[in-house]
Amino acid sequence: MEFLSFLVDGLLMGFVYGVAAIGMSLIWGVMKVINLSHNVLIVYSMFGVYLLFNTLEMNPYLAILLMAIVGLLMGILIYTVALHRVIDAPQLSTLLATFSVSMIMTGVATALWTNSPRNVDFSLGSISLGPITLPGTRVVAALVAVLAAAGLFLFLYRTRPGRYIRAVANNRMAAEMVGVPSNQILALSFGLGAMVAAISGGLIATFFPFNVLSGMNYQLKSFVVCVLGGLGNPFGALVGGLILGALEGVIPIFIETSWVPVFEFGLFVVIIIFRPSGLLGAKQ
Amino acid sequence: MKNWQKHLGLLLPVLIIVGIAVGVKLTGKPATREAFFTVLKAIALASSLNMILGYTGYVSFAHIIFFGLGGYVGFYLVSAQGWSLWLAMLAGGAAAGVLAFLLGKAILHLRGAYFALATIGVNAAMQAFVTNFEPFGGPIGMNLNFQVYQQYGGAAQALETAFYVLAGIALISVIVSYLIRTSKFGLGLLAIREDEDAAEVMGVVAPNAKTWAYVISAILPGIIGPLFFFKNGNIEPHDAFPLQSSIELIVMVMLGGYGTVLGPILGATAYQRMRGYLLTSPIFKDIQLSVAGVLLLLIVLFVPAGVVGWLRNRFPILRRVLQ
Amino acid sequence: MTRINDIRAILQVKGVSKHFGGLVAVNNVTFDLPEGQILGLIGPNGAGKTTLFNVINGVYPATEGRYSFRGKDVTGSKTYQMAHLGLARTHQVVKPLDELTVRENAMVGACFGSKDYNLSNAARVADEVLEFVGLIDRAEQPAGSLNVAQKKRLEMARALSAQPYLLLLDEALAGLNPSEIDAMLETIREIRDRGITIVMIEHVMHAIMNVSDRILVLSFGKLIAEGTPEEIANNDLVIKAYLGDPKLAERLMQQNGNGE
Repeated sequence: MEFLSFLVDGLLMGFVYGVAAIGMSLIWGVMKVINLSHNVLIVYSMFGVYLLFNTLEMNPYLAILLMAIVGLLMGILIYTVALHRVIDAPQLSTLLATFSVSMIMTGVATALWTNSPRNVDFSLGSISLGPITLPGTRVVAALVAVLAAAGLFLFLYRTRPGRYIRAVANNRMAAEMVGVPSNQILALSFGLGAMVAAISGGLIATFFPFNVLSGMNYQLKSFVVCVLGGLGNPFGALVGGLILGALEGVIPIFIETSWVPVFEFGLFVVIIIFRPSGLLGAKQ
Repeated sequence: MKNWQKHLGLLLPVLIIVGIAVGVKLTGKPATREAFFTVLKAIALASSLNMILGYTGYVSFAHIIFFGLGGYVGFYLVSAQGWSLWLAMLAGGAAAGVLAFLLGKAILHLRGAYFALATIGVNAAMQAFVTNFEPFGGPIGMNLNFQVYQQYGGAAQALETAFYVLAGIALISVIVSYLIRTSKFGLGLLAIREDEDAAEVMGVVAPNAKTWAYVISAILPGIIGPLFFFKNGNIEPHDAFPLQSSIELIVMVMLGGYGTVLGPILGATAYQRMRGYLLTSPIFKDIQLSVAGVLLLLIVLFVPAGVVGWLRNRFPILRRVLQ
Repeated sequence: MTRINDIRAILQVKGVSKHFGGLVAVNNVTFDLPEGQILGLIGPNGAGKTTLFNVINGVYPATEGRYSFRGKDVTGSKTYQMAHLGLARTHQVVKPLDELTVRENAMVGACFGSKDYNLSNAARVADEVLEFVGLIDRAEQPAGSLNVAQKKRLEMARALSAQPYLLLLDEALAGLNPSEIDAMLETIREIRDRGITIVMIEHVMHAIMNVSDRILVLSFGKLIAEGTPEEIANNDLVIKAYLGDPKLAERLMQQNGNGE
């Protein structure tokens, strides 16, 4: 029974991990960029939700919606300023470009908000599903995560911009030849990746405390999830998230909690070595 | 061509390090010495990273693990086993070399971003592992019994000796970097960086060359680690494997000019001095990271070859000296 | 009429096939290559010519079959092993080492090929080769700054500085204008005259018919014809294979008519 409780708890968390990673996976899939500014996109959204909740008494989920839009804009801005110029340069350039954005924004965040931990003091009580009791915020977070993923899916497969994005992901040169405005599409893709990251950050803020450096942790987990689900396969990311969440929930039963990160990152390295395209394989 | 003319590229690197050592000796101030200790450490670490990053083109976000592992091994030997610091340093270097060999076998076949990602994972795993590893003190780390400093002439003397030893190591690091750069082995590495497949078609045995480069790049950090933590008096996982340090090393190499001997030296010096200034300035203290970030972004976007690279392109005459 | 039997075969390919999953790129190809010849390898696009190079050169392992180089079975050898044995190759899409100088590019070939020169000897050989291909004036320039024709010459220089026994040229003439083509053909003949055996993949029909001693024709991975340029130009199978490309077929027929 305890096992089930841990498992469900982990799976709920897994949905959020999944959504956190979808953005990273999408960006990789479309432009072969590892987004090392993923962490600040998460953190800024966390603080955004916190501030809106505390100062304006806004409903956190409304705040998350707002931060999603902010995330989209931030992503487009980051692409335009930092990535556009080096998008075709060797991969080291894009790695360092996104990393420098992370440095810049983390520095500003530390100056503005200091290192102290914050907490969005928000509760939706508990929900009982049979023998298991779950915090309401976690359940809602999982639901919102699924909604966000579904929304992204619909956008990519049912709208024209979405089709353009998939075209560019498949073959940028060919897409350009048939008239797809690839620069705008790349900016949009990055923006979408940022948006989804922001949503996940906001969701995490509703049930965990955080500080300016929390983003790093979730970024690392996003790497793990992406690799589990296949780099470039955004929906594999969701599955990967569930796997990671389940493992995180259940493994502490068998080994000491402090060893969980070792296990996590060890698994990550092993998968990269043997199946870089992830357990599910990359989307073409 | 006379021998000394052929090796002009070594001139500036050696002058800078000797200059630092002599300068510190002349001022005689411990504060200056300590400031330049971190500069020399940065120079040596950046130069060693340059071997795998700048020469071979493999972006490692985990370079600091060699420093950390060597540091732990050496520190353990000194504090728990009573070894001499000098032997412990060599042991640290050896441990780092072995780690690099094994790790290299596992991940050097990965290309581009996959390799970078793997190193990110390795760095995180290493830190998490050491936090749990009891013989190394777990999350608390280890402390050095103050008595140990007596063996080296007392704490104050030990600090001073450490500085000059580090200067020597930095000098070695730079000379090794130069020797590789101007050797056939180095040419092979550069070819791998530019186009690994084409290099192999021309006969470069890439797997071996990469492994050697990786091992060599790891040994010096492994030797420096014990020295640094010996001076500190303690070692903790958080200090030994900070991801930020790995990245700062990359910034130093890129800033100065990757693939050159002089680049990492200039980059390390400039970055460390800037960092030191920012940390003590009331205005910039909090946004030290942001300033570094802006610097890195500007380099990546506009001067990807770094300062030395840019100078070499702009003033081809200087190429012989700016290597 | 052929003198194959009394000249040593430098390359022997026996039943080599290469499959990529379900796709058969090279299908049971067998041929011998005598030393000192220029062998032309032609065929419509997608016929498997570059793939065949990639197998011989060690980029891909053969799915089936064996091949020997200078009498030694080298099936499954890696690219660098083949380089050490004296096989050099250029690529269809040139791969210059952009940030290294032209001279350094050529030196890589000399240092790591079968001759294993040290740096100063490699520089000497590199300069000789650069002189030969006409790039010596650009020796100090970064390879990335060359134009296409120069990059092609550099690609060839790199291969030559390894002083190979066998040189595989993959579309060395693509992207060149007619006078550049003539110059390149001259160079290729001079290379052959120095004793290096050459296999050339080409689409520039008049050029390859002109310069080759023998021609192999691949279509859909299979070897469909083998012979002198005249024999090939008259070969029905070959003309049919190229019917997908009427221009080429026409040129083939012209070749035949003019007896060039």
